[in-house]
Amino acid sequence: MRAPLIPAVRGGTSKRGQGTPAATLARLTRRRALAAGAVLALVAGLVAWTVWPSAPGYTARALAITVRTGPDGATPVPLDATSYVPDGATAAHPAAAVLLAHGFGGTKDSVASDAEDLAARGYAVLTWTAEGFGRSGGQVHVDSPDWEVRDAQRLLDWLAARPEVAKDGPADPRVAAVGGSYGGALALLLAGYDRRVDAIVPEITWNDLPGAFLPESTGAGPQAGVFKRAWAGLFFGSTGSPLGLAPGADPTCGRFARDVCAAYLAVATTGRATADQVALLRRSSPATILDRIAAPTLLVQGQADSLFPLSEADANARGIAAHGTPVRVAWYTGGHDGGPGPQSDQDRLRFLTAQWLDHYLLGRGPAPGDGFTYSRVAGIDARTGGVVAAAYSVAGYPGLAGQSTKTVGVAGPAQPVASPPNGTPGALSSLPGLRPAAAGLGPAAVHEVPGQHADFYTRPLTATVDVVGAPVVRVRAASSTGEAVLFVKLYDVDPQSGPALPGGLVAPVRLTGLPASIAEARPVTVTLPAIVHEFQAGHLLRVTVATSDQGYATPVAPAVYTVAVDPEVGLPTVQGNPIATPDLAWRWVLAGVAAALAVTLAAAVWLGRRRHGRAGRAVVPSHADTPLVVEGLRKEYADGLVALAGVDFTVGREQVVGLLGPNGAGKTTALRVLAGLVRPTAGAVHLFGHRLAPGAPVLSRLGTLVEGPGFLPHLSGLANLRLYWRSTGRPERDARLQEAADIAGLGDAIHRRVRAYSHGMKQRLAIAQAMLGLPDLLVLDEPTDGLDPPQIAEMRRVLVRYATDGRAVLISSHLLAEVEQTCTHVVVLHRGEVVASGPVGDIVGDSPSVQFEVSDPDAAAEVLRRAGAAGVRREGGGTIVAEMDGTPRAAAVAALVRAGVEVSRVVPRRRLEDAFLALVGGDAAGAGEERR
Amino acid sequence: MPTGAATGYRATATLTFATELRRQATRRRTQLSLGFMAALPLVILLAFELGRPRGGGGGGERGQFAALADIATTGGLNFALFTLLVSASFLLVVVVALFCGDTVASEASWGSLRYLLAIPVPRGRLLGTKLLVALLCSLVALVTLTGTALLAGTLSYGWHPLRTTVAGEIASGPALLRLLGIMAYLAVTLLVVAGLAFLLSVSTDAPLGAVGGAVLLWIVSSILDQVTALGSLRVVLPSHYADAWLGLLSNPIQTDDMVRGAISALLYAAGFFAWAWYRFARKDVLS
Repeated sequence: MRAPLIPAVRGGTSKRGQGTPAATLARLTRRRALAAGAVLALVAGLVAWTVWPSAPGYTARALAITVRTGPDGATPVPLDATSYVPDGATAAHPAAAVLLAHGFGGTKDSVASDAEDLAARGYAVLTWTAEGFGRSGGQVHVDSPDWEVRDAQRLLDWLAARPEVAKDGPADPRVAAVGGSYGGALALLLAGYDRRVDAIVPEITWNDLPGAFLPESTGAGPQAGVFKRAWAGLFFGSTGSPLGLAPGADPTCGRFARDVCAAYLAVATTGRATADQVALLRRSSPATILDRIAAPTLLVQGQADSLFPLSEADANARGIAAHGTPVRVAWYTGGHDGGPGPQSDQDRLRFLTAQWLDHYLLGRGPAPGDGFTYSRVAGIDARTGGVVAAAYSVAGYPGLAGQSTKTVGVAGPAQPVASPPNGTPGALSSLPGLRPAAAGLGPAAVHEVPGQHADFYTRPLTATVDVVGAPVVRVRAASSTGEAVLFVKLYDVDPQSGPALPGGLVAPVRLTGLPASIAEARPVTVTLPAIVHEFQAGHLLRVTVATSDQGYATPVAPAVYTVAVDPEVGLPTVQGNPIATPDLAWRWVLAGVAAALAVTLAAAVWLGRRRHGRAGRAVVPSHADTPLVVEGLRKEYADGLVALAGVDFTVGREQVVGLLGPNGAGKTTALRVLAGLVRPTAGAVHLFGHRLAPGAPVLSRLGTLVEGPGFLPHLSGLANLRLYWRSTGRPERDARLQEAADIAGLGDAIHRRVRAYSHGMKQRLAIAQAMLGLPDLLVLDEPTDGLDPPQIAEMRRVLVRYATDGRAVLISSHLLAEVEQTCTHVVVLHRGEVVASGPVGDIVGDSPSVQFEVSDPDAAAEVLRRAGAAGVRREGGGTIVAEMDGTPRAAAVAALVRAGVEVSRVVPRRRLEDAFLALVGGDAAGAGEERR
Repeated sequence: MPTGAATGYRATATLTFATELRRQATRRRTQLSLGFMAALPLVILLAFELGRPRGGGGGGERGQFAALADIATTGGLNFALFTLLVSASFLLVVVVALFCGDTVASEASWGSLRYLLAIPVPRGRLLGTKLLVALLCSLVALVTLTGTALLAGTLSYGWHPLRTTVAGEIASGPALLRLLGIMAYLAVTLLVVAGLAFLLSVSTDAPLGAVGGAVLLWIVSSILDQVTALGSLRVVLPSHYADAWLGLLSNPIQTDDMVRGAISALLYAAGFFAWAWYRFARKDVLS
């Protein structure tokens, strides 16, 4: 009788427990859509959070304030202003105020971003357009104490009337004045004329206005000065108003006050200034009231500034400090010519200003001290093309003479130079706004006219000289007219790339009382403009005395002078301490990240090795000798497909087990689990008692062929086998390479590239690869796929021979004849479940079935039953299948014939196919039951 | 054996570095790529020789590229620098993506990946060995390119100090060190591409998809980097600091952006590699 079969589960739960394929697809798509939506929302949220305009923290209000100003204090002038009030400022918690003034030709909008920064820091800021500019009324009086300064004083009154502004006393607001250039001078003048100002930060501004526009570097004063016509023209020509000139207004003067306009026109025409004009300009200069400034002053000055050079701030600083007021000086690489400077400079200035205001207005933080900071252009950032500045600090302000002086020797004979008529052609050192060429940082934009300049060179420097301050030279000149206008410059000459003029700055001198011959000339000390410049070792210094400059007004009549330079040039030097940038912190971050990653990596490797070493040591003793025990194996894929639904089978030693099932039964999935490629959802697999997991060491006792061959196509078959064995790391002699090659049976083709193989050849090679090392359990997925009948027969013999010496073989197939002939045991899978398992003979059963083709099926059925057939069933047409229960076929035929039934065919049925189809055919009836 | 393994099996002996190197070195694409790396500088040299400019150069926009091209023939170091400049943004990205993106995906496409895993080679070890070999090949490509350029340039133009457009001249010895520094920084930045390509290689069994996907994503990142409207958000992009090595040409050396770039690259690469390992360890290998 048949061995008990594990009954197939018919009907009941369907394979896909959760419904139809359409529902699965819908669920999968929905899950993906949800995941994608979540990611998209996250990214959108991040972007929105970054770019969302945040609430400013202050309120800006545009106002029109009419002030009563002028010499009599009664002329009304409307001023276009904006007030910025921080959100936290109320009458109960008033904020300190800042008067923020703009530069010449600007409006209140020019300083709007600075105002917003200050307001965000908690100050109440008032910006206004100076009279004569923008939408404000009045005329430009160039920071006259009667007009612009008085306007500012009225604004102080206005601030004092605001409840949200903190006060030091009745009508005395806690206020600072901050401004650049035109606004800087206003801040200084306001502090001098009004004691209510508590701190000032004037930037890039002047000390003596006539001295700035008519510089004379031997100290002769502005009445002997050389007119800075390019800057002056720019300064005094920029009176355009957005509303255009009022009808009837004078196009020459625009919105300039009459007196200022007349003075400018006179000076610009003649190139010289009279005492009256000098006096007029001097009224607008802080130099007159430096002794009255009690507000602590932070002076910021630009090193690239030919309009108001560093000497202006130096004069301010000395004057204010002489009366005990706290003064601090800061230089930076920008200026009227150099712009705002690189980010590092801007950050430094912002920090200094904030520190100054915080301490002197709010009392926050320690006193800033009088330390002096400056920066030097250290190079050009190759990425952005912008300059890179390195900042330095010195304990006290050393002034323009530096802390010490280095003297270098200059040589060269006296040379004649020609002064061109009307200054044309003129040398080009800098024009307003033209970025100066610093040494070694690119092609020099300066230009000297041949014949109009005399050069005196030093020897190449032996060491680098870091100049911070104003160099000093002594010049001798002779002129036939007795007068000479000369421009003295100090060049940095790089032997490779040529001369460059630091800062683009020149020292104009007007010499009088000159003899006709150079031998009688007396030396005159010329103080060159203050610079911050590093003269590299190997460079030369060149003192050039030129007769023309496009930025200045030179005499109209042509002349020839003879010039000579005394052999010593004094270079001021300073011991500056480099200021460390905050970017240093990032290096620590980098070191930290690298160290953390290295440690994590080492830990991961160590942990992985340890875990792998421990894995698989546990043995289930009862299974220790069984090659394969599968219990309850279940595999469910992410999309709901249940490939295996609880499978149990065993492979014992010296067995050839066939895994049989139609397509989609789960055979390949089971073999994938065995090979460690796929992780089961539930269940356990034990190989020789060791638990199987992907990467478990016991897998090395397994040889597999799963889903077809996999070879490197560019190598030969033999090379593939060798490389595979080398990848296992096991000794070469264990490979039994020759035996495997013999099994493959490829002959010479084993030396050809795998690319050229047919599918059958690859299949044989793959089986050979699986057999390398003669593993204890051989797992083959459809080994005869692609082989022709003789090869199939040969493979059958090989497999049967293999399953000796304690080894086992597991093959999967859907070729029933193969399984029947090769295997000793069979496991039948259907829809992920085992429907039958056991020895082949048990599955098939003892009783052979025979198929008869007869003329009269009913009568034949009756006859056969009486002859002793166990089960008779009709198959349609004239076919009857009977289970002969020991009755020989011949006797059955004889009985049929005797009964008068014609028998046309007698065929012994293929047994396994029978059982198989009965098991998996989906028929609710069991095999052997009679059908009617 | 107590672990149940076959005799002679040790997990740490499977798929050794030498074996994997042999696996990759025998491939045509490895040999062709490295050969191309060696040939490219010679092609560029030839181009310079044949196309010597007659008369003055043109005016117009003088970006870094045009400026460095002008001085590429002034010495061996300059030539090597120029070769690196033209290769850094695309060619090297493609080569690194090729080595790192092809390594696991091609095994999957041939079907040999499952046999390696069935040996068994532990999954982490498989990835580790493959990644190390791929990174070594990428490094060899980078060194070959620069070395050949340096050699060819020196033989043709002589050994002169490095001339830069912005910082004058740098003496030969320090310039060579700077060139090595540029190579090191490029190597670190390309780790991001390697990570991306490796992650894609683990996720797909089409090698072209992995390589092409990595290159495509890198290009997208570069494009987004050009969109200035994104403002400071661009710092997050992996290719934002890709050209920070130009800071080594400044005088003094600007390391700020390089430091930030290195941090960004290390974090991105670590993230991608960790994700690749995680995916592969969990994955059902069906190919």
